[in-house]
Amino acid sequence: MESLTALLNQNEIFNLQTLLHYWDGLVMTVQLVFISLVVGAVISVPLAIMRASRNPWISKPIWVYTYIFRGTPLLIQLYIIYYGVVYIEGIQDSMFWPVVKEAFYPCLLAFVLNTAAYTTEILRGAIVTTPKGEIEAAKAYGMSWSTMTRRIVLPSAFRRALPAYGNEVIFMLHASAIASVVTIVDLTGAARDVYSQHYAPFEAYTFVAAIYLCLTFGLIYLFKYLEKKMLAHLRPLS
Amino acid sequence: MKKIVAAVLACGLAATTSIAMAKDYKEVRLAVDVPYEPFEFKAPDGSLTGFEIDLGNAVCAEMQVKCEWVVQAWDGIIPGLLARKYDAIFSSMSINEDRKKKVLFSEPYYNTPSSWFGPNASKSLDVASKASLKGKSVGVQRGTIQDKYVTDNFGDSVDVKRYTTADDLVLDLKGGRLDLVFLDYPVGENTIIKDENFTAISDTIQLGDGVAVALRKRDKDLAAKFNKALAKVKANGTYEKIMNKYFTYNIKM
Repeated sequence: MESLTALLNQNEIFNLQTLLHYWDGLVMTVQLVFISLVVGAVISVPLAIMRASRNPWISKPIWVYTYIFRGTPLLIQLYIIYYGVVYIEGIQDSMFWPVVKEAFYPCLLAFVLNTAAYTTEILRGAIVTTPKGEIEAAKAYGMSWSTMTRRIVLPSAFRRALPAYGNEVIFMLHASAIASVVTIVDLTGAARDVYSQHYAPFEAYTFVAAIYLCLTFGLIYLFKYLEKKMLAHLRPLS
Repeated sequence: MKKIVAAVLACGLAATTSIAMAKDYKEVRLAVDVPYEPFEFKAPDGSLTGFEIDLGNAVCAEMQVKCEWVVQAWDGIIPGLLARKYDAIFSSMSINEDRKKKVLFSEPYYNTPSSWFGPNASKSLDVASKASLKGKSVGVQRGTIQDKYVTDNFGDSVDVKRYTTADDLVLDLKGGRLDLVFLDYPVGENTIIKDENFTAISDTIQLGDGVAVALRKRDKDLAAKFNKALAKVKANGTYEKIMNKYFTYNIKM
């Protein structure tokens, strides 16, 4: 502890106060990214099944949704949701106001909608490439559509979607940096505060970049481990 | 080998001295953070206008240099100066000790107080007491002396929200996301209390030692030039003419 204090005393910027500020930012970033990924993944499963449907009345509306959210920048989506929600007539007096008043929930909503759109398309790709033989075998066993989807299509689709989904998770972590434009103090927001307080852009942003790198490495290893485990049947024997 | 080194050194030396000699400042780039009404904002046709733009142009005319305005967001305005993206900051920068460590200030050219603004319902709020502000969300512009004041005095009892530009902050106050904002008084006067649902709260508060041009520490000769021109503009009535265009009260310093 003493050596740490001594180390911190060597510079003006990284004192205990700024390190705590970065820590708060880290907690906020992890919270935002984790919640939006979990919620996004949950709603993307039914959406992907609908999107893979042959019935255009079911698949087209989902296509419109993913097209819009993948076709516009996340920053613009965040601006529209954050500033746009204020203009809804009477929202300030409604029960929703305490929720949307804070920057956190509009931001979370934007992130969820965005990541759900990408995850839906990733899953859809995996669903439609289910080997025909597996489906025929399931049908031959007399499985209904729902049993087949639950037991055959989805489990193998999840496995095949895993590498692409790992990328989406990392993209989401990096995209979360834009939360700082709507006053949220996430990692980038903390770096901005430190930067303007000490007029030291290089130190403030390099430090935060290192934290993002550590998080990314952690995620990469997590997904490598999962892939090794779940895609073991695809590996050659020797 | 030694000869080559000596020649290179001589060349380098000659180059630096010739640059130093040629430094008679034909062109000066001035940074402003826009919008910051009425000091600097964009006219409907997109051109820059405002008190500091007019004053800056008058000072440049006095110095007989060509001035170019560079728009830069506030939180990066000092790093941008140090990185030589422009030569001076002419953007309502108050003199204070923290900034003096990084930049060189000219003589001050105006002084305005800061003030709290909020919806009419908060008119009777006691903004001097921590207890009555407890739990309020307060908007400030990141890296301003107002930011420092609120953070230092109320940081542990209010929820400080920091904005990159003043207009985002005004937008969130009007949208109901912020309970209060703490701003330069003329900026709030021009952007917030024009709307009759909003008001200034309590008396104004004087922070900082006035507003001055900020320059790199090494550019002492340019600072001297600015001081000379500023003194002249202040003395010959140009300053008053510009001031009366934007203010109904005296901000001269």
